[in-house]
Amino acid sequence: MGLTNWGFKKSLWVFHLNAGACNNCDIEVLDCLCPKFDVERFGIKLVGSVKAADVILVSGSVPRKVVPQLIETYEQAPKPVAVIALGACGCTGGIFKDGYNFAGPVDKHIPVNAYVPGCPPRPEAIIDGIVKLMGKL
Amino acid sequence: MTSILAMVLYFLIFPGFLFTAVVGLLTSWVDRKVSARVQWRVGPPWYQPFADILKLLGKEIVIPEGAKRAGFLFAPIGGLAAVVVVSTMLWLTNLRGTGFVGDLIGVIYLLTIPSLGMILGASASSNPLASVGASREMKLILAYELPFVIAIFTAVSKVTPMTLQLDRIIQHQAVNGVLLGNASCIIAFIVCILCAQAKLTYPPFDIPEAETEIMDGTHIEYSGAVLGVVKLTQAMMLFTLPVFFITIFWGGVSLSGLGILWTILKYLVIVTIIVLIKNTNPRVRIDQAVKFFWGPVTVLAIIGMILALAGF
Repeated sequence: MGLTNWGFKKSLWVFHLNAGACNNCDIEVLDCLCPKFDVERFGIKLVGSVKAADVILVSGSVPRKVVPQLIETYEQAPKPVAVIALGACGCTGGIFKDGYNFAGPVDKHIPVNAYVPGCPPRPEAIIDGIVKLMGKL
Repeated sequence: MTSILAMVLYFLIFPGFLFTAVVGLLTSWVDRKVSARVQWRVGPPWYQPFADILKLLGKEIVIPEGAKRAGFLFAPIGGLAAVVVVSTMLWLTNLRGTGFVGDLIGVIYLLTIPSLGMILGASASSNPLASVGASREMKLILAYELPFVIAIFTAVSKVTPMTLQLDRIIQHQAVNGVLLGNASCIIAFIVCILCAQAKLTYPPFDIPEAETEIMDGTHIEYSGAVLGVVKLTQAMMLFTLPVFFITIFWGGVSLSGLGILWTILKYLVIVTIIVLIKNTNPRVRIDQAVKFFWGPVTVLAIIGMILALAGF
């Protein structure tokens, strides 16, 4: 299993799930793929289908309407899969924590492996989070 | 007994599965690196495709509810087997001069099997987006096969006497110079490159697996080792198609002395052309693709054939 584990660390395919985010975190995620940061150097790329994903990147405060989709997405992903909660909303709820439709941060519904706080987190912070996640795998 | 063992080794190790897989994955790294440089990025390290495949082998295989298990799981393996057979045939013909009557038809036929495998697998996966992708792939096959076959026939008709045997085509080129020296065959070669773009489902013809509209289309339900097989088949197609074009148009491949360098150079030129077309064109709609292939490309292919029959 050593080789498979090495492959897993070197090629993290990310499925980006917007669970009620304001789009700010999503723009920063796209920044990571652009020439300045280029996370493909580490084998990270965005995939279109959760069936191909190794990492689910959840941004947003998870309103009540999104909870079933969030759980279903996690269950559909082939294991082993890691989850990153992105932004202040994903980690704690941020400024929406007292909202009438707030249904808890991401880790209330699915297990989270790494938290990347910030509103929005800088691309450097996102890459740092992914590197720390790689160390944990 | 030894000949059977040799055949098994041919299929599994040298020109067959292992060799094609390793070189195909290296080629897909060239593809990703060149794409990255075009976009002013650094790009992945050389072992990236190997890491991807190894990782996918260790992942869970999710089979969707309502999918036909056997069709879903075995269709990609059929595609992989077809590519291995084509690659073995091409390399054995090039290196040992063993051909049989009509093996060119066999190669053209087998090159369609991976696409057919994807159609079968996607249709068996009971996903609406996958079936949209499958129907688009079907239309794409109908679109590009006509100019592709006409272009191959142009090359065949330049060989005297006219033959459908690959090793005769290579021998003819060894004696009379490469077919790419003729005006008609240059046109046929351009048509073949455009068809290769569609065969590999690369932009501008990546309509069946459009990521932004139907989320990987035909691949959407695949995961784990089966997705690895799908990706491996694509990488091996990227290796096999240029070798096929070199065999038909550019004097074949050889592994002796300076021939190795010359072969690698020819191969990289064709791969780079394909990758540059991939990176500089946006995706077209399926109706535009069909119109493109049945309109201008077929006309171009027919002009090439008429030129060839007129002796150019």
